[in-house]
Amino acid sequence: MFHIYCPHCCEYREEEEFHASGQAHIPRPLDPDACTDKEWGEFMYFRANPRGIHHELWVHGAGCRKYFNITRNTHTYEILEVYKVGEKPSVVANEAK
Amino acid sequence: MSDVTVEAMEGKVVTNQLPTGAIVGESPLHHSDLASIAEKGPQQGGVHFHERKLKGLLTLRCTPSVEQLSLIESLLGVALPMQPLTSVTADAISVRWMSPDEWLIIVDGEQAFELETRFQEKFSGHYALVNISGGTTIFEVSGSHVVDMLKKSTPVDLHASEFPVGKVVSTVFAKSGATICRLADEKFELVVRRSFADYLWLWIQDASREYGLVVKA
Repeated sequence: MFHIYCPHCCEYREEEEFHASGQAHIPRPLDPDACTDKEWGEFMYFRANPRGIHHELWVHGAGCRKYFNITRNTHTYEILEVYKVGEKPSVVANEAK
Repeated sequence: MSDVTVEAMEGKVVTNQLPTGAIVGESPLHHSDLASIAEKGPQQGGVHFHERKLKGLLTLRCTPSVEQLSLIESLLGVALPMQPLTSVTADAISVRWMSPDEWLIIVDGEQAFELETRFQEKFSGHYALVNISGGTTIFEVSGSHVVDMLKKSTPVDLHASEFPVGKVVSTVFAKSGATICRLADEKFELVVRRSFADYLWLWIQDASREYGLVVKA
């Protein structure tokens, strides 16, 4: 059971109020028509599945219904950072993508 | 549509959702006949239940500028609670913080249309004001064991140090959801969905059984 800090409500809430919405920071191609099938397919369907630090999009579904980002260690389940959409994470994995 | 009053103002349409004439408004718990239970049922117990029925609820969404904030204050009579999880409760109106750009305004049922009309006339900019009275109802629960009853229903920390009077949270409640506001030490307001009202009323009866449930008309 996670105890998650909502940056909009500014307090910790139980995990059952939240939903994970997958990997964060996926930029939509600016010109979809110019994409190859491979580029578009990777944007649509292919997600990182790292062992370690991962940036995820979560929504406070039962609370304020706002989206925000969580940096989480998928190995230890530790939540390292919570930050709003549009902000940059301060905790990032050491190795390049 | 003959019972519905529509006022159009430059593309904004405000509909009076209250029926007129012979049509009597019924709350979502009308079938439970709470008035009879209040009269004939137990008069002492640890949890008191009261349905504040047929209230007028308006959802306001905007990211207000300083001018808009003062205009809202003059229209509502109270200032918008800007801090997360706070609320304002006055005699005729109460405002609940729902999210950084969303507030719930609660007035008497007859006043919702008038307030909405006045708001749409005077207010401008990027915003939305929607009457959600028909989709919700309000439960008021109180009593010496009300916190014990609520603890069975929601994971939110209800201790007075974490949940002071005036705090408002939207959260999971039983297997549904509710917006919970603490009105006094042992008095809470639950804004619930109309479609879940009967289920939550049954849930509250069950959860209150060991403390004794008193229904207030």
